[in-house]
Amino acid sequence: MSTYVQPDQNGHFGPYGGRFVPETLMTAVLELEKAYDEAIQDDNFQKEMEYYLTQYIGRENPLYYAENLTKYAGGAKIYLKREDLNHTGAHKINNTIGQALLTARMGKKKVVAETGAGQHGVATATVCALLNLECIIFMGKEDVARQKLNVFRMELLGAKVVSVDQGSGTLKDAVNEALRYWVANVDDTHYIMGSVLGPHPFPKIVRDFQSVIGNETKRQFSEITGGLPDAIVACIGGGSNAMGMFYPFIEDSGVSLVGVEAAGSGIDTEKHAATLTKGKKGILHGSLMYLLQDDDGQIQEAHSISAGLDYPGVGPEHSLLKDMGRVQYASVTDKEALDAFILLSRTEGIIPALESSHAVAYAVGHAKEMRPEQNLVICLSGRGDKDVETIQKLMGGHSIG
Amino acid sequence: MGKERLEQAFEKCSQKGEKAFIPYIMAGDGGLDILKQQLLFLQEAGADAVELGIPFSDPVADGPVIQEAGKRALQQGVSLRGILETLTSIRTEIKIPIILMTYLNPVFTYGAGQFAADCAAAGVDGCIIPDMPLEEEGIISGELKQSGIALVRLVTLTSPAERIKKIADGAEGFLYAVTIKGTTGARDHFEEETGRFLQQVRSVSNVPVLAGFGISTPQHVREAGKYCDGTVVGSKIIQLLSAAAFNEITDLIQAAKGKVLS
Repeated sequence: MSTYVQPDQNGHFGPYGGRFVPETLMTAVLELEKAYDEAIQDDNFQKEMEYYLTQYIGRENPLYYAENLTKYAGGAKIYLKREDLNHTGAHKINNTIGQALLTARMGKKKVVAETGAGQHGVATATVCALLNLECIIFMGKEDVARQKLNVFRMELLGAKVVSVDQGSGTLKDAVNEALRYWVANVDDTHYIMGSVLGPHPFPKIVRDFQSVIGNETKRQFSEITGGLPDAIVACIGGGSNAMGMFYPFIEDSGVSLVGVEAAGSGIDTEKHAATLTKGKKGILHGSLMYLLQDDDGQIQEAHSISAGLDYPGVGPEHSLLKDMGRVQYASVTDKEALDAFILLSRTEGIIPALESSHAVAYAVGHAKEMRPEQNLVICLSGRGDKDVETIQKLMGGHSIG
Repeated sequence: MGKERLEQAFEKCSQKGEKAFIPYIMAGDGGLDILKQQLLFLQEAGADAVELGIPFSDPVADGPVIQEAGKRALQQGVSLRGILETLTSIRTEIKIPIILMTYLNPVFTYGAGQFAADCAAAGVDGCIIPDMPLEEEGIISGELKQSGIALVRLVTLTSPAERIKKIADGAEGFLYAVTIKGTTGARDHFEEETGRFLQQVRSVSNVPVLAGFGISTPQHVREAGKYCDGTVVGSKIIQLLSAAAFNEITDLIQAAKGKVLS
């Protein structure tokens, strides 16, 4: 495949992406673009990143050969990229540490962010505590009720959590409210976007910071086998762990890349979050991308057992990669994800996040169809401690199995 | 029609030595069948044009009042298509210009070409798209131009001087100067910074400059009028309309005409 260079200088990924924000924010996004371009050229910034990634987050994390899961699937060898072992328990912090360092570099003292389940909120509150930045997190009312423990965690870390009543009180409404806050406080506040979403340069910045996942995987896999994996599977909500994992492999045409969306109750029902499978092109939160929307262009609610995948849009770069056919996008139901959650816990002693369980569910089926000498990598984006209570409720308090 | 009708309306104001006043209402808040009545009332009360909001599920530039108004309209099943159809059927009875304020996605989904053509047929004279900065105008500017509809640009307190100049260059209809750092809605007082900002915008603009966002009292209207060519009032109009406080709306409008003392 030819050289892949995205986005263009105006932040467009083919027809997707862009900077569809109110004029009040344009100066801030242009300033961020400039600050980022300077930072990545600066050795000191790179050293600082390297320091925190190693000493604070605990990278590099293992690329673990899941022998038991491999035996269970009975096909290709399955490896797990252990993002669940990062500080705060997910890939989110790879991005928040980078953006927090950028915030300090731009001389801003305050950070605003949105959160769904609370993972990005916790990762943001954590780095704000570390770098002494004031932190305000917007979270949908429904999510505040569902994720009380994460709300407490953020508050413990010194963040202010604002419950959002507007709209349906979920992630998209939290983004709306965080954007409104940013519009009103843009002089001294940086918005730490949690996924490969939003106006340029956010999709690029988040991808770049998350690419540490794919870069490490590539090196580690080569050390083990001397080659490249045959397939890589990652879950997709907004798409940041998948983008960070896939990006370093995009030009390696022999590596098949699969993004797994949340099919909720099923893609033929009204309750799913399978944006790339069922959505149409549209513009939301600063970017042109695939969206769940009605015929009049009103945005619809997404539904998934996993709050982290519960978003009606998907990153502009994923939208392009789908159209290009470079990445395959599949979907997995709540039920399948739940089964995979239990499966990985039982076979490997690793409790995955419900988000990551979607990738596990798809990967096990996929590995079965592959040959034993082939290799498949799953991006295990986060750990499932946060989901244990949800699972327990679903099981009705009964023991499993 | 279109851009020209807007220009004529401003010309008329300036000949009379008055400031322009554009009320904002949410189309379909209360149902589309009362739209004609609302527009006729505003025209009668002295509005120079009307800004008609198109409801959207995720209005990031709007404060609580307009958010709620949009939600009510959506709950009534109001759509861009329905609004344009209603306008087409009542337009001959309304003389003043109509400007649509819409987020980009409903328009994008409708299709830029079809939207511009249907706007022209419905007698829409201008469009304001708050989530479409200068850099992204290409997605619809050609289609609007072809239909003779003004694409009204916004400038804000955070736009640097160079950028204000760039935006003013080639502005159509009027320049919408956003006078608060924040979303639409009421505020207490009119800051000094705002006056300087409006003067600065006016000094580089070839079209009238109207102040909007956070303007809610006759005093704000008069104050802003000292520095620019008129005002847009949204949230306050919506509140007054739903409270049936028609006299207060007339007072607000007439403040731009220099006829009310307080």
